Amino acid sequence: MTLDKLLIIAAALFCCGLYTVMTRRSAVAVLMGVELILNATNINFVAFSFFLSRVMGGQIFAVFVIVLAAAEAAVALAIFLRMFATTGTVEVDVADEMKG
Amino acid sequence: MIRYAYIIPLLPLASFFINIAVGKRLPRKGDWLSLATILAGLVMSIGIFLEVFGAYDPNFKYHVVTPWLAVGDRFTLNVGVLVDNITAVMLLVVTGVSTLVHLFSIGYMHGDPRYNRFFAYLSIFSFSMLGLVLSESFFFIYVFWELVGLSSYLLIGFWFEKKSAADACKKAFIANRVGDFGFLIGTLIIFATCGVLGYDQVFESIGAGKLSGTLLTIAGIGIFCGAIGKSAQFPLHVWLPDAMEGPTPVSALIHAATMVAAGVYLVGRVYPIFTPDAFLFIAYIGFITLFIAATIALTQNDIKKVLAYSTISQLGFMIMGLGVGGFTAGLAHLTTHAAFKACLFLGSGSIIHAVHSQDLREMGALRKKMPITFVTFLIATLAIAGVPGFSGFFSKDMILAAALEFGMRNPQHYILFFGALFTAGMTAFYMFRLVIMAFFGKPKDHHKYDHAHESPPNMWVPLVVLAILSFSFWFKSPFVEKGWFQTLITKPATVANIAKAPAAPASMEHAAVMAPAHAEPSAAAETPPSTGPVSHGESQEGAPHGEPAGAAAHAGAAEHDAHIAHAAHAYAMYSSVTVGALGIFLAFVVYSFGWIDPARVANSVKPLYDFLLNKWYFDELYDKTVIGGSISFAKFLAWFDLHVVDGLVNLAAQLGVFVSFLVGKFDDYVVDGAVNGVASATIGGGSVLRRLQTGKLYHYVFVLAGGALVIFLIKAF
Repeated sequence: MTLDKLLIIAAALFCCGLYTVMTRRSAVAVLMGVELILNATNINFVAFSFFLSRVMGGQIFAVFVIVLAAAEAAVALAIFLRMFATTGTVEVDVADEMKG
Repeated sequence: MIRYAYIIPLLPLASFFINIAVGKRLPRKGDWLSLATILAGLVMSIGIFLEVFGAYDPNFKYHVVTPWLAVGDRFTLNVGVLVDNITAVMLLVVTGVSTLVHLFSIGYMHGDPRYNRFFAYLSIFSFSMLGLVLSESFFFIYVFWELVGLSSYLLIGFWFEKKSAADACKKAFIANRVGDFGFLIGTLIIFATCGVLGYDQVFESIGAGKLSGTLLTIAGIGIFCGAIGKSAQFPLHVWLPDAMEGPTPVSALIHAATMVAAGVYLVGRVYPIFTPDAFLFIAYIGFITLFIAATIALTQNDIKKVLAYSTISQLGFMIMGLGVGGFTAGLAHLTTHAAFKACLFLGSGSIIHAVHSQDLREMGALRKKMPITFVTFLIATLAIAGVPGFSGFFSKDMILAAALEFGMRNPQHYILFFGALFTAGMTAFYMFRLVIMAFFGKPKDHHKYDHAHESPPNMWVPLVVLAILSFSFWFKSPFVEKGWFQTLITKPATVANIAKAPAAPASMEHAAVMAPAHAEPSAAAETPPSTGPVSHGESQEGAPHGEPAGAAAHAGAAEHDAHIAHAAHAYAMYSSVTVGALGIFLAFVVYSFGWIDPARVANSVKPLYDFLLNKWYFDELYDKTVIGGSISFAKFLAWFDLHVVDGLVNLAAQLGVFVSFLVGKFDDYVVDGAVNGVASATIGGGSVLRRLQTGKLYHYVFVLAGGALVIFLIKAF
């Protein structure tokens, strides 16, 4: 197991998340894509910390990111609920009232 | 008494304010107020004079100053009073004549609609004249000088309904202004160089050499210009005859006795600053004046015009006397002339009052109707003609002696003496012509003759007083060598010389006894012979200082001086008596005995007669040159204003309109265009850029990812 392989796995995961965010129209799916991107980042944190540092900074940062992602999911889902109540759907294309 | 001298001018000033404000409502219209204030002034002047006379000191001087206006800490303007022997005499002359004229006016101006205003004007004139006499600095004498000019203007134009009077007062004022301008320039030169204005301070700093040479001559001539204006000297003498349009008491007060004497007084007052060149100028101006005026007086038929020209001529005598170094002579003639000329003018006023005419050809034989006027007039005429025993002889003789002495020292200037002597003869002639035409012979206009009557006492009392003062024993007893006047009024030492040297006291004593007025022996030592061709009472052969034989030479020179002065005095006396007698005799021959017919004489020299009758055509000359020139110049300026100045203004206005039009267009198109252009560019840019904001989330993410990729690529390679 080397750092290279871990970074490739993280990059792949990031690309999957990005692809999801760019292509999905459902807000919930987009949120899931965001979770994938965050987890790709977590892998990077842990990997760099494990191979390049003697302290556990990266691991602790990853824990914070997980907590943050949970909080973010909670806020985002609350927004989706309000959006659904207003427009009857959670399609992201619908929310384009501020376009130029 | 002398400590309260400053009150003398203030009294008439108070009277002026009261009379001008409420004079109409006062009992007798306030004439008593003016008379009382000037009478109080006369009493105080007599007191001062007695005090000064009691001191009997040629160098008597009472001088007080107090700071009046401090300009920074470099210059302080002082107000003060200066009383010396000249001032005391002048105070007496001014208040004396003024009092008598006030008294005379009560009768003469009776019933005039502006009676109270006349007395108010007399009061302000008295105030100005007394202030002028008492002032102790160039500044205040200038102030009072102008005030005198103003009151003269008011009094000449008192009957301003008459166009001739209104014109005359303007003429007098303008002619005076011309002279005063010179006075101002002279004063300013002195102030600019010395930085002080008090007489004593100025004399001191000029003596210290702060102002000398040509500039001092110019300053002296400038100040003398003031005297030319006020004392009616050539070429500004033209205003005085016209000023006879004023009431006759005014003519007596202002234009015979006091105001015109102010110029002479001024020259006497600032006597030390004149340089020999300035003195020569003064002497010749006086000489030209006395000659021209006397020739004109020969032909005039208006009684007041004759007296006016004789006044100018006598003022010329005074000025010439001062100019040739006869300081005492000039001021003595001022004093004696004030009395006898005031008497003549008031006498003519009495005649005019009685006959209601000023034309000599309508009078005649008045001696029977008006005996008092006749006798007083005759005494004054004898005085002006220079008959021994009368005051005019005393003073005119001194002037002629001074002129002769001057001629003896400077033979190129002998004409001053002979011209003046000839003029003295003419004076006797034309004055007796006047007396004979008015008082002798047969009445020419019976209607007027029958109406003639002696004037009331308040008119003839002044005449009598003035006639009594026209005798010479008031000034010098016939039994002494030298009267009080000659003792007290002595020539001040000049400060206009550069070098100072110890005077020779012994010779000074000697010369002073023999020739009090004419010789200033210390000046012989003061003036180096190289100062110029003109010498004033100092010896031409004065030895240079430091030479071993200096003292002896001084003594010899002084003795020579005294000799010249003595000889001059004797010759002048004999010749002046002779020409005076000749003139009187000739007048009787022509006008009384009828041996020569004046009309025939006039016809035989018609061009000359016309020339004199028309006053040497001075008025016409000034009309053509000065006045015509001024008017043409004014017309040219009006044209210039209308066409060139206004044209330029209009052109500028049109140019302004055109430029404004251009600027307006620039504003509309360029400035506003720029503003609008920025706005529409913003709008256009906005409408292009808004397309980037699609609202599609994946677009944004795509751009985000693309941007990150680009940054990554840039960093990687």
